[in-house]
Amino acid sequence: MNHWTIVPLIVPLLAAILLSLLPSAWYGLRQWLSSLAALIGLVVAIELLSLVAGGEVLVYRLGNWPAPFGIVLVADRLAAAMVLLTALLGLLVLLFAVQGADRRGRYYHVLFQFQLFGLSGAFLTGDLFNLFVFFEVLLIASYGLLLHGGGGLRTRAGLHYVVINLVGSTLFLFAVGTLYGILGSLNMADLALRIASLSPDNLGVVKAAALLLFVVFALKAALAPLHLWLPEAYARTDPSVAALFAIMTKVGVYAILRVYTLIFGEQAGPLADLVEPWLLPLGLATIAFGAVGVLAGKSIGQIAAYLVVVSAGTLLTAIGIGGEQGLSAALYYLVHTTLATAALFLLSGYLLRARGEVGDRLETGPALERPNLVAGLFMLIAIAMAGLPPLSGFFGKVFILQAGVGHALMPWIVATILVASLLSIMGLARGGSIVFYRADEAQARQLSPGFALLWPPAMLMLCGIGVVVFAGPVYEFTQAIAGQLIAPQDYLQAVMGRATP
Amino acid sequence: MEALISFSIGLLTACGVYLALRGRTYPVVLGLTLMSYGVNLFLFAMGRLLPGAAPIWREGQGSYADPLPQALVLTAIVISFGMTAFVVMLSLRARAELGNDHVDGTGEGQ
Repeated sequence: MNHWTIVPLIVPLLAAILLSLLPSAWYGLRQWLSSLAALIGLVVAIELLSLVAGGEVLVYRLGNWPAPFGIVLVADRLAAAMVLLTALLGLLVLLFAVQGADRRGRYYHVLFQFQLFGLSGAFLTGDLFNLFVFFEVLLIASYGLLLHGGGGLRTRAGLHYVVINLVGSTLFLFAVGTLYGILGSLNMADLALRIASLSPDNLGVVKAAALLLFVVFALKAALAPLHLWLPEAYARTDPSVAALFAIMTKVGVYAILRVYTLIFGEQAGPLADLVEPWLLPLGLATIAFGAVGVLAGKSIGQIAAYLVVVSAGTLLTAIGIGGEQGLSAALYYLVHTTLATAALFLLSGYLLRARGEVGDRLETGPALERPNLVAGLFMLIAIAMAGLPPLSGFFGKVFILQAGVGHALMPWIVATILVASLLSIMGLARGGSIVFYRADEAQARQLSPGFALLWPPAMLMLCGIGVVVFAGPVYEFTQAIAGQLIAPQDYLQAVMGRATP
Repeated sequence: MEALISFSIGLLTACGVYLALRGRTYPVVLGLTLMSYGVNLFLFAMGRLLPGAAPIWREGQGSYADPLPQALVLTAIVISFGMTAFVVMLSLRARAELGNDHVDGTGEGQ
């Protein structure tokens, strides 16, 4: 048993416990401890990914209980890649947050580490009920982070977010309970084996439970019409928190990928490809809603929040196209969009500090300290987000469109993605020109947020550029991930010791 | 017994959904609580209803109750308890900061 599988969980958990014990006055020590834990987390995630990159599936049996009886953690290519993305994002966002954002509440770092713990756990677990528990861990940490700093509108957005997620959790429990009642297991690999020999009498109930699970995951992934909670919550919260939340919708996407390729995959017989007919049209609708929102955004943060909706829709469209090509394109796009969205949120955080009263709203404000640098960075991020060449968004969209060639809904896919790109360009250009071209010279520049605040978004963009420069190897790897997802025999073999029922 | 349990779960959930759709935070919190009661009972019932059966199997014992749903429901109760406490505090804070207890903070219908 390889212990690397559980280390990505232990590091943030220990850090969170230690951080909660430190006296509130020791800000410096907390920041160091939190950043150190995030750095260790990144190293561990790289190590874990290098262990599973060859195609091996690592299984960690908690308490050494044999598979269907105890909880297992499973690291395959997809899980390890998601953990690495989380760790990278966590570290860079933390570098932004330690420059002031964390001082407005005592438990910022504790919640941040718990959030990383919940995210890594959700990616690594191989048990459906354990997935629920990790969802709750990451949600309760996110409730705290979302409300960090306070304020009336933030509280209102937070209340909506909490209530809708509590309803989601209830639905999750109903679905899990039904699956257990019929199939008698909660281990995902065991469920996959048992579903093949499901009696036809129970088909309807299991189908209902599977679609209920889809509703829950679609809620997390912000698939239309369940996306309405997202823009308000993301736009109202602290930008560093919103940047970390760039990975939160991807948890829903990950859960959809995992559950509907493993449990309801090819071997599930009549239950195979259960959500495919829903994913594509709903994904396209999500893109359309999001793109209209981008045009109507009143601040850079709001535009970024609607771009999260667009990217969620694009991701789910690519998964809906399906096949190795579709999944691989979706995974490539996932990496790009997480990095670029987080960078845009962090930049809106910089504007919030640099423009005083006006904040990141699309209004004429005081002149910026380093207008060319900030505007240049915004333009880079905007190009990546809108999907223009030569940055990562363009490649992501090209891969998705390539995967869609020959699909029955091909014209719709092309039209929606391209029109949404155009609307995103218009929205971003409008935002950028109002914020950066028009400066009120009469208003004195009193605010100097510091050059170091620009580093984290710039580094996120550098990672995004890295995804373009190494597009070949990255795409090969996402293809390997997709291959492993479509043929889950290795996963079943590793967890259950057999790949057939 | 099955009919009674299913009726109770259905009633709890229906009342929960109704209350969660109300406009004030207090009924919404109550609704969420009722829904979590419903789902807890549901999880418990998924181990099948067996009166007078022990959850631990012994040699020579005919039937036993499935202990796993009991463990699941315990986890779910703890989580929903914590979440209820959190959402109560949050709605109190919203009441204080927005000046009314409407979920949209607009004070409509007052």
